[in-house]
Amino acid sequence: MFSPYKFEIESLNAWFGSKHVLKNINMKIKEKAVTAVIGPSGCGKTTFIRCLNRMHEIVPGAKVSGRVLFNGMDIYNEDVDPVQIRRKMGMVFQKPNPFPMMSIYDNAAAGLKLNGIRDKEKLDSVVERSLKLAILWDEVKDDLNKSGASLSGGQQQRLCIARALAVEPEVMLMDEPCSALDPIATAKIETLIRMLAEDYTVVIVTHNMQQAARVSDFTAFLYLGELIEFGSTKEIFENPRSELTEKYITGEFG
Amino acid sequence: MASYKMRKIKDRFMRILVWLALLMALIPLFSILGEVVLKGASSINLNFLTQPTPTVGEAGGGVANAMQGTLLAVGLASLIGVPIGLMSGIFLSEYSETKLSPAVRFFNDVLNGFPSIVIGIFGYTIIVLSIGFSVIAAAFALAIIMIPIVTRTTEEALKLVPATVREAAIALGVPRWKTIVSVVFSGAKKGIATGILLSLARIAGESAPVLVTMGYWRWWFAGLDKPVANLALNIYIFAISPFENWQALAWGSALVLVTLILGTSVIVRIFTREKY
Ligand SMILES: Nc1ncnc2c1ncn2[C@@H]1O[C@H](COP(=O)(O)OP(=O)(O)OP(=O)(O)O)[C@@H](O)[C@H]1O
Ligand SMILES: [Mg+2]
Repeated sequence: MFSPYKFEIESLNAWFGSKHVLKNINMKIKEKAVTAVIGPSGCGKTTFIRCLNRMHEIVPGAKVSGRVLFNGMDIYNEDVDPVQIRRKMGMVFQKPNPFPMMSIYDNAAAGLKLNGIRDKEKLDSVVERSLKLAILWDEVKDDLNKSGASLSGGQQQRLCIARALAVEPEVMLMDEPCSALDPIATAKIETLIRMLAEDYTVVIVTHNMQQAARVSDFTAFLYLGELIEFGSTKEIFENPRSELTEKYITGEFG
Repeated sequence: MASYKMRKIKDRFMRILVWLALLMALIPLFSILGEVVLKGASSINLNFLTQPTPTVGEAGGGVANAMQGTLLAVGLASLIGVPIGLMSGIFLSEYSETKLSPAVRFFNDVLNGFPSIVIGIFGYTIIVLSIGFSVIAAAFALAIIMIPIVTRTTEEALKLVPATVREAAIALGVPRWKTIVSVVFSGAKKGIATGILLSLARIAGESAPVLVTMGYWRWWFAGLDKPVANLALNIYIFAISPFENWQALAWGSALVLVTLILGTSVIVRIFTREKY
């Protein structure tokens, strides 16, 4: 069955213990497009994208209800293996988190190596391709054996992007990937995100309104765990239906 | 400006205090080491390292059988204690959401504080009473002494690995056990190795639990169900003996024991050295 949507999210709720942090979210995320998730700090953006690759449930006491259809199939169905789901989605975290005891090369190759791929030639080519995609290759190509932790914050984040891209995911989930980057690196990542959207579905959390406006095709505005408004980025920014959205976008609060 | 001067004086004062404290901690360490080396070195020669325990009145003799025995008992104890300690440490650190872990942690701490002689007596009632004084009984008691040390240090070392690193691996679709084994463990290996070393050093020097589980044995290894000689016991038995050549053997044994422990530490350190 063909659907233009990568994700169809139906009555999604999420809790940390008894704290209800996502409330009845319904939303459809289009394939090969960039969807931005915006909203004030603590509104549930990180939790939301972590529900898309079943990372939310690894926190002790965390709970999810509702359905998340990925390619038409509910990832919260009982017989779905969360490990298989996560392999299809790359995730970039709010804080860069390269593996500190691994080299740059091993970081980029980690997804393949940890899942048992040993073929040196294949690894070499994947490492080069993903580091190039993440616009890091030129800066590190002579230091591939140095520690991933020896890079600057921005370089570390691009290394994490490369690591996520290396496993050729269908989806990239990015949680404020630029929060540790300078404007030049940010511009690089934004170009990269637009490029990725040609082949991948990208969901990006951002605090930065301009960034959402620049890179995304669709924008979701979350407030206190509720989806206040969702639509094309153009609509949301030029013609928001909700007063709350308008206030947030114009910087009246948040 | 006066307050700046004041601060500098305070700073200097604190620095001196810290150095003095360091010195106070190092003096006993070096005087013990020095004493052991000075008094022990004169006993050390080829005979000493290749001959077994002498009998009363016999000149010469050595600690070869005691080295063999200590290595055997400690090795056997590690074979039991290290895997159990590692697993328990992993359980406490990585599966801490279970309701069992606070209880496990508590009992582990209690066990850690147990006098070793009590553990020795436990080994006596469990094993000695059924198969007799033996290496197995001693290794069992020593393993029980190791387990809480290895468990605790493993747990602490694993907990130092940031949660974000675990999440990065899990998000890559790496199964949880694989994440622990290949990512978390390698980040913690130095701490874990330190813990194992500590426990090895501790049991290599234990004498009371060894005495009650295999007694004193002055011959070579004769089977796992028989006792073996032991360096720590050598020190004890020889040191309180009235014969001068035996007292010298005690110092020699002490030097050998210390060297073995230091040597193991150095080797383990080299193997677990971090690449970066
Ligand atoms: N591990 C946790 N345990 C308990 N509560 C949590 C945990 N993580 C987040 N929360 C709570 O869940 C709510 C949503 O958090 P979330 O991290 O999704 O917000 P966010 O929109 O990503 O915020 P930010 O923009 O600051 O990153 C917050 O109120 C937060 O306090
Ligand atoms: Mg967040």
